[in-house]
Amino acid sequence: MSVLLKAEQVGKRFGGFVALQEVDLELRAGERLGLIGPNGSGKSTFVNCISGDFAQHDGKVTLAGQPIDGLKPHMRARRGLARTFQLPQPFNSLSVLENVRVPLLFAGAAGESTRRAMECLEQVELAGKSQKLPRELTQVEQRRLELARAISLRPQLLIADEAMAGLSNAEVDQIIALLLRLNEAGTAVIMIEHIMRAVTAFAERLIVFVAGRKIADGLPREVLALQEVEDAYLGKQ
Amino acid sequence: MSASALPALPASDATRHLPFWLGAFGVAAAVFLALKLIGNEYGYYAGYFILQYVVLASAWNILGGYAGYVNFGAAGFMAAGAYTAIVVRKAFGLDLIPGILCAAAFAGLLGLGTGYLTLRLKGVYFSIATLCLAVVLQTLVVNWDYVGGSRGAYIIRPMTMPGFSSYGEYIFTVMLVLAVIAVGVGRTVEHSRLGRGLQAIRDNERAAEAVGVPTLRLKLIATTLCGALMGVAGAPLPYYSGYLNPEAAFSLSYAVNAIAMPLIGGAGTWLGPVIGAVLLGSLQQAATVTISSALNLWIVGWILVIFVAIAPRGILGWFGKR
Repeated sequence: MSVLLKAEQVGKRFGGFVALQEVDLELRAGERLGLIGPNGSGKSTFVNCISGDFAQHDGKVTLAGQPIDGLKPHMRARRGLARTFQLPQPFNSLSVLENVRVPLLFAGAAGESTRRAMECLEQVELAGKSQKLPRELTQVEQRRLELARAISLRPQLLIADEAMAGLSNAEVDQIIALLLRLNEAGTAVIMIEHIMRAVTAFAERLIVFVAGRKIADGLPREVLALQEVEDAYLGKQ
Repeated sequence: MSASALPALPASDATRHLPFWLGAFGVAAAVFLALKLIGNEYGYYAGYFILQYVVLASAWNILGGYAGYVNFGAAGFMAAGAYTAIVVRKAFGLDLIPGILCAAAFAGLLGLGTGYLTLRLKGVYFSIATLCLAVVLQTLVVNWDYVGGSRGAYIIRPMTMPGFSSYGEYIFTVMLVLAVIAVGVGRTVEHSRLGRGLQAIRDNERAAEAVGVPTLRLKLIATTLCGALMGVAGAPLPYYSGYLNPEAAFSLSYAVNAIAMPLIGGAGTWLGPVIGAVLLGSLQQAATVTISSALNLWIVGWILVIFVAIAPRGILGWFGKR
């Protein structure tokens, strides 16, 4: 399959602190990638470099062969890069339906925005709550709303940044099933997660970050068996 | 719910907006006729006072209410409009209506420029920047002899206007039309893609940007519209009083009222600023006539404190309209 996302030597410093250094990463179209690492390992920093939240960083990023460095996040979103946040960030004064319509209004799909937004809500099983406000939703429903909003523009790549944090086992299973359905429809997914059960159930490839560096990249079973990965999580004896 | 059982799609723009415009011009005509029947010149001046705040509050609401960017510089934009009217009168001999158009253009550009310089700031930093703009403009005007400097400038207005019983009636009518336009612009923004984008920015700017909303562009459109309408609110001011000095043009009461009125009526709705302006404007007029205009800001301050405490979403919030 063709390369969808290519990051070359991506790095980010905050003053003297190096949060991310020389990360190379390739993601194929339609791939399911798990990105793990201890807190502070640079996972979210990497996502913020890719999504455009951090406009200035070292290295190069291309999406579907086109460089996206320097593009604002909204331009990257329109090129097919969607993301969710660690904490759900809905538009609280807008209804569930309007939350999902907003991206469509600015993507040249205003005329069919209601229909397409409802289709997205049906995909995440929130259609029945389309007229509610986000604060009336449960935590897992807010996560699903976030996903519905992210997929409304039919992205090529979805970055799910800890989309399962704080959820029960059953709710985690719901989100995994949802992400698998999206992936089957052709969307490549990068799952950043601390819940190992979710990562191993979902990802076909696993990358491990430690202290801002990529230390492992391969099949989940093989990567999790590596001594340096175990050391990173549990410490050295 | 299936896609076939969706909430109805919005009607076409013309169908959606026609009842509003008919209603707005109907209310305006009723107000005009009521004052005409009363036949008291003071009614026109009091009406003008309230209506200028309808325009100012509606203008503030576009950036502050929908996008959540609190502009403390309303007095600066209003004064920019007022002094533009003076400049075009003095330089080109143009009257009130061309003066209003020029004021809209200049204050709109000023809003756009301010936006470029300040919109990367957020929260209180943006507010302080807009406050500074008013201070900078006031300093410029105070030191600009062409518009009278600190002495102020006079505009000798005609005693009568053809088709109107008095100049007071004329300038009131002009402000009435401007108020209808300002409210209409606010309502159009609210129901447009721009309004949805601004609401998304207010709720969560980072998330809005992440889902494809061009946040900076929308905020620049909002600052331009907001500035233009504030300039429009100020342009007739020298014609209203016949004299304008920097102290009056940059009065704190404009900045305070521009914020307090939408907050009290219900910010983020087109109707809220109208309710707030009519309520607070009337109270201030009543205080001016019965006690002293020195009480105006005192009244606004107390009402604002009370509303923040018991009705933070304004009067419309009581009725679940927001």
